[in-house]
Amino acid sequence: MITVLQPGTQLLIEDLGRPGCAAVGLSPSGALDTRALRLANRLVGNDPGAAGLELLLGGAELEFDAEALLAVTGACGPLSLAAAGLPPAEAAAGRPVRVPAGARLRIGPARAGLRYYVAVAGGIEAEPLMGSRSTDVLSGLGPAPLRAGDVLAVGSPAGHPDTGWLPTPVPPQGRIVVRVQPGPRLDWFARGTWQRLTGRDWTVSPDSNRVGVRLLGRPLERTAADELPSEGLITGAVQVPASGLPTVFLSDHPVTGGYPVPAVVVPADLPLLAQARPGQPVRFLAPPPDPTS
Amino acid sequence: MRILPFGDGALLAEFGSLAEVLAHYRPLAAASLPGVVDLVPAARTILATFDASVSAAEVRRWLQAAAPVDDGAAVGAEITIEVDYSGEDLAEVARLLKVDEREVVRRHTGSRWTAAFTGFAPGFAYLVAPGDPLRVPRREVPRTRVPAGSVGLAGEFSGIYPGASPGGWQLIGRTEARLWDTAREEPALIRPGAVVRFREAR
Repeated sequence: MITVLQPGTQLLIEDLGRPGCAAVGLSPSGALDTRALRLANRLVGNDPGAAGLELLLGGAELEFDAEALLAVTGACGPLSLAAAGLPPAEAAAGRPVRVPAGARLRIGPARAGLRYYVAVAGGIEAEPLMGSRSTDVLSGLGPAPLRAGDVLAVGSPAGHPDTGWLPTPVPPQGRIVVRVQPGPRLDWFARGTWQRLTGRDWTVSPDSNRVGVRLLGRPLERTAADELPSEGLITGAVQVPASGLPTVFLSDHPVTGGYPVPAVVVPADLPLLAQARPGQPVRFLAPPPDPTS
Repeated sequence: MRILPFGDGALLAEFGSLAEVLAHYRPLAAASLPGVVDLVPAARTILATFDASVSAAEVRRWLQAAAPVDDGAAVGAEITIEVDYSGEDLAEVARLLKVDEREVVRRHTGSRWTAAFTGFAPGFAYLVAPGDPLRVPRREVPRTRVPAGSVGLAGEFSGIYPGASPGGWQLIGRTEARLWDTAREEPALIRPGAVVRFREAR
């Protein structure tokens, strides 16, 4: 079992989510940086879809009541381990660490990236909803956000930890570049919108969360004046509301929305946005060939 | 039907009316294509998301090949929902429609409602009935809290609040039915395409 001594900014149980439930109104949810969760699971020998912990920004402290094998991935920041009779030691990110019973893991403020992932051999146990243990902050469904004093059960370790060399991506600290493709409603915008969307930097707004990354910059101009009847959304959809400022939807996005979507971020690049910090520049990269030509 | 691009993993089929959406959703839901992850009907569109086991061209062909099934066919079994018609806006709805309160209840219980699409909250379905028997505007001032199980009307739709939430629909009654119950294998009582009948609770 694991006791949450400090949950930090936001500590959630997340796996790879519950895709396929949009018709009944459920977001896919799941880890925002799926690459980091998969890597952490692989390092401790879990299935890629085992539930782990997603920690926003840092400030968490966890106590392990039994020996455990854990790995921390995603954001980069100070990690330390303390156990009875041992001096506190720095813990390594991106590789499996075996800790004795009574060990405490502290995760400090992220210096690069925004979200840490903690996997424990055996996975975090929680009541599944539609096959997933993910917390969905939009609907409030799935396990409740973790609080100090919460005790988490751990499953039985099944697989073999991958101790071989694994690339551990460090979240970029400068401009983030993500690839986009045309969305269904590009024609609701003024001529040249694709170029304006992709041709300059946007800035990550502090209002961003698991629902979406909100961007600041020069507003895009809409030409269609009609009201768009709500339509289905996907993770990665770039929605432009009346303000003209885009939001890129992440895992806890609403299943439908009433604002036009001129572009979609390719799934492989969504982990970059999951780690994008407020104030960080974002550039949308158009694929060749230019779809407007 | 017009098919719009939505990245590499989704297509959006657009239709001229809600009736057309429903007519196409029924056969698509009944004969799903392997690799299609989600099929999301909305007011004028059906979103199909798919994984890498199927190509966009195959999904496009599948969407285009669906032969529309007009009214009559239900997706799944018909659902009956008992309603206590004592909603706070029943008198206002009767006034707006220029009928008496009993006629509002008669129209609500006498119509065959179809879940056109879901949204707003898990388990909330937008129900439509032939001839739009109870078309009323939303309340001018939304309520800050509508209790779970409230049965409401707005525009051409009827709907049931799965949980307590703010809400602007005209409330005509209340049901004990659990619209969303995570203890069930299928938490949502009403899926898109389902046929719903209302019965007055005694």
